[in-house]
Amino acid sequence: MFEFFNTLLIGITAGSIYSLMAIAIVLVWRSTRVVNFAAGGIALASTFVGTTILEITGSFWIALPIAMLAGAALSAFIEFFFLRPLLKRSGEKTQEIFLPIIATLGILGIIKSVLQFVYGDRIGVLTPPLSDRGFIVSGESIALSPLRLMILGIVLLLMIVLTLVFQRTNLGLSLRAASFSPEISRLSGIRVDLIRTLGWAISGAAGATAGILQTTNGSGSVSPEAFEFSLLLVFGFVAAVIGGIESLVGAVAGGLTLGVILAIILMYFGSSLVFFAAFVILILVLFLRPNGIVGVKGGRRA
Amino acid sequence: MLRIKNLVVDHGAIRALHGVSISIEKGQLAAVIGANGAGKTTLLRTLSGLNKATDGSATWGDLNILHSKPESLVRHGISHVSEGKSVIPELTVSENLELGALWRRNRKESAQSKKEVVDLFPRLGERLSQRADSLSGGERQMLAIGRSMMAKPQLLLLDEPSLGLAPLVVEQIFQSIRDLTTSLGLTVLLVEQNAMGALKIADIGIVLNLGSIAATGSAAALRDDPAVRAAYLGF
Repeated sequence: MFEFFNTLLIGITAGSIYSLMAIAIVLVWRSTRVVNFAAGGIALASTFVGTTILEITGSFWIALPIAMLAGAALSAFIEFFFLRPLLKRSGEKTQEIFLPIIATLGILGIIKSVLQFVYGDRIGVLTPPLSDRGFIVSGESIALSPLRLMILGIVLLLMIVLTLVFQRTNLGLSLRAASFSPEISRLSGIRVDLIRTLGWAISGAAGATAGILQTTNGSGSVSPEAFEFSLLLVFGFVAAVIGGIESLVGAVAGGLTLGVILAIILMYFGSSLVFFAAFVILILVLFLRPNGIVGVKGGRRA
Repeated sequence: MLRIKNLVVDHGAIRALHGVSISIEKGQLAAVIGANGAGKTTLLRTLSGLNKATDGSATWGDLNILHSKPESLVRHGISHVSEGKSVIPELTVSENLELGALWRRNRKESAQSKKEVVDLFPRLGERLSQRADSLSGGERQMLAIGRSMMAKPQLLLLDEPSLGLAPLVVEQIFQSIRDLTTSLGLTVLLVEQNAMGALKIADIGIVLNLGSIAATGSAAALRDDPAVRAAYLGF
């Protein structure tokens, strides 16, 4: 029982980070209908920015917001200079629909190469600001540590902020309207191009946070070829699909579900099955609930 | 005030409008009628900036409206209600209305506009927090017109507001359009397949056939024109 409780805690923490990555993917999908593989690269590059800032200032709490800004800027840059011209040119033909997907894969490669060029064999170190030693409950150390508590707190805070922005502000209404119906939004006076760039920027900030948290929750260091980031990208995608790819609430539900299931598998069946299990879950969801676990059939949610 | 000269629009290799010229004075309600594929929707979409014109010109007052984006034209008082109940079904009635005035800086004025729209269509007022996809067809059309009124337009481009509505509801919608035009001094370009209903409320009528103007004149004169009656009014 104690072990199971610990496994749940580990799963929820990891899952909350997948949720953030899933949100990054969902935001881009909703605003431009692009499957954004570059999200992994944006998270990676912003995490490197975070490690550099941490090195200079010594403060995690300065490094995190600056990494988020960097992620937002890089993501907006990619949308504005690469995807926008590409989407304006591409039409309905099958081979042209694949263009943006191939482009984001290409951008992911470019970002990794640039990081490799700049950092070489050096790794970025992200010393966690809080202890990773578990709290002691009735003489035993549990999986919940000050660090994990901080991760959960940051993710929760970001989700509350995102929910408020999307549901309560004019910007949020513009973002939702532009994703549901670009044409009606334009006729209503919304500058849809600008709103799309902002959607990518918010996605970049979410991805950057996911990258920083994934690193602090994991090895505490990052390299341009970090396997942790490939996992983050893949699990973020699986979580987004579990949640129905359209929904922010679904992305969170998908991330937490995936995190908990994978933690249980890791605990009881070993690490070799984790990757395999993620894809089995993905395929099961695609077959049984193609609109996601929270999706309404044919419906779209905010 | 709305001057369209020799407007030519192509959809790829197909020419949709072959040099259309239309003149509408301020405060007039003009009905563009014609069969499916006559180019009615293309005309509106080109005027609101959704489609590109190949040739010709269109001005609203001093403003050259071709080659502008829809989101800029809204800021100049030109509002387009596109075909097929142009509301966003996933948003609430209230959000759909607010969407129409987001670009306006003055929140007080936007709130005032919302009050005016609700006064105009009380049924929307009763359903403000419902999602738009829970509305009936007529209510959705009211919402679409209401959303465009939130921008305080001077020129209203309406694409087939009667589409898919019951006859009684069509009559109500047409009456609201006539009332709006008169009470607010709007200029309206109304595109309709329901030729009889449109010509009843319009000041002038324009008959479009295969991308060219087949007849034009006062709405009353077109209603009595034997050729127009035979081709478009069905008797």
